[in-house]
Amino acid sequence: MRKAAKVGVFLACLIPLALLLADLLGGRLGADPIRATELRTGQAGLILLVVTLAITPARRFTGWNWLGGYRRMLGLFAFGYICLHFLDWLGVDQFFALKYIWKDIVKRPYITVGFASFLLMIPLAITSSSRMVRRLGKRWAQLHALVYVAALGGIIHFVWEVKADLGEPTTYGLIVVALLMLRFVPREALGLLRPVTTAPRAPRSVSPTA
Amino acid sequence: MLIRRAPDVKPSEITPEPVYLDRRAFCAAASAAALGLAVPAALRARAPGRATDDDKPTSYENITHYNNYYEFGTGKEDPSDNAGAFRTRPWKVEVAGEIAKPGHYDLDDLLHGQTVEERVYRHRCVEGWSMVIPWSGFPLRNLINRFQPTSRARFVEFTTVYDPSQMPGQRGGVLPWPYVEGLRLDEALHPLTLVVTGLYGRALPNQNGAPLRIHVPWKYGFKSAKALVRIRFAADQPANTWNVVAPNEYGFYANVNPTVDHPRWSQARERRIGEFFRRPTLMFNGYGDQVASLYAGMDLRRNF
Repeated sequence: MRKAAKVGVFLACLIPLALLLADLLGGRLGADPIRATELRTGQAGLILLVVTLAITPARRFTGWNWLGGYRRMLGLFAFGYICLHFLDWLGVDQFFALKYIWKDIVKRPYITVGFASFLLMIPLAITSSSRMVRRLGKRWAQLHALVYVAALGGIIHFVWEVKADLGEPTTYGLIVVALLMLRFVPREALGLLRPVTTAPRAPRSVSPTA
Repeated sequence: MLIRRAPDVKPSEITPEPVYLDRRAFCAAASAAALGLAVPAALRARAPGRATDDDKPTSYENITHYNNYYEFGTGKEDPSDNAGAFRTRPWKVEVAGEIAKPGHYDLDDLLHGQTVEERVYRHRCVEGWSMVIPWSGFPLRNLINRFQPTSRARFVEFTTVYDPSQMPGQRGGVLPWPYVEGLRLDEALHPLTLVVTGLYGRALPNQNGAPLRIHVPWKYGFKSAKALVRIRFAADQPANTWNVVAPNEYGFYANVNPTVDHPRWSQARERRIGEFFRRPTLMFNGYGDQVASLYAGMDLRRNF
């Protein structure tokens, strides 16, 4: 049952990519398909990152510890979409024109921030294995707190790229800030917030995904 | 109305109707290019950075479905989705300010006696993309001369229609409405500055600024106001919307200039819609021979 659910979530994470490929091959990406693929891969990565960040607060408030089992997969999918987004920009949009690429990274704050956030996600992806979680112990959680920095960096990257319509990036930004603040709700307060009808609380998880 | 073709536009420069009707094939080609499948062919066709003289008109489909017209929404396809029912008749244009003959003119009255010609213009958006557009229209100077500006007139202000009931984008506050733009009088009188009434030999589609817009081909696209309801002649430099919103990013002049970057992105190159590689942006969008003298002695870095 759990395995089926995991496969389901895995396939769901592939939906944005499948839709993008379908639109690409069907010629439905409009007049500037390159920009459209950049926007959609970046958007998918950002949304998945926000969902990943929501897992732990959701788990704490509901007591549904099984939610934690999806966090790594969602985070890695977010990283995967951001990789596609980066490679799309590097290889398709700029066509590896290193002269311009380096200048853009240094000179354009929105590209600087986007690139830095992408770099920041690399060590997080590398240390996402269960073995690394065990090896790093306490420091793993400290390291992975950086995902908030990466998410906010990605949102700033989005804000600085648009001309006037800030609705979408602002929405993501508010959600991430709210999720970050929920992290500071003390453990003792959680018991009061949880619905009384839930099953007795499971012992604090010692699984690697905690 | 006499429709005359400008002598510098060859019929061969205009996309034949069958080609743009066959847009699915174009889209497939564009998709293939985006996938990288067509890279070798594209490389043969045009090495990046090579000086270019191939200004093939952009397809009708792309010109009419990739628009920045925030009155109808901020998405590139919002104008084509939302402008279909926009009413362009009856239409009146107020001509005001420092002129001998102010008044409210009916559109047909404004167009009466004007000789419409076809002009293929490069169009460069401040966002870094460009198109080649076969407009039909007539030089703005022909209209201006009719109104006889006074000696005090040094600038012209253009106002886009304000009608939130028909323009969903105006129900939100993305920009202050109505949209206003302006030109120096000598820029407005320049023979390249066009009053646009048509596209690809047909009536101007609503999403492209019907019934009446201007196009100033050596300036970034936002200078070319759409759906004009007011033309005002002034002694002082008028405000222009994007400059009001972000004065450090969008100037009054907004001449296409590859050496003066937007504070947030480079203006050195552009993506021609329908092409794979970015191409170098040309000074004054390639119209320097005709317009550079307008700015002789001006610091274009300061007057961006």
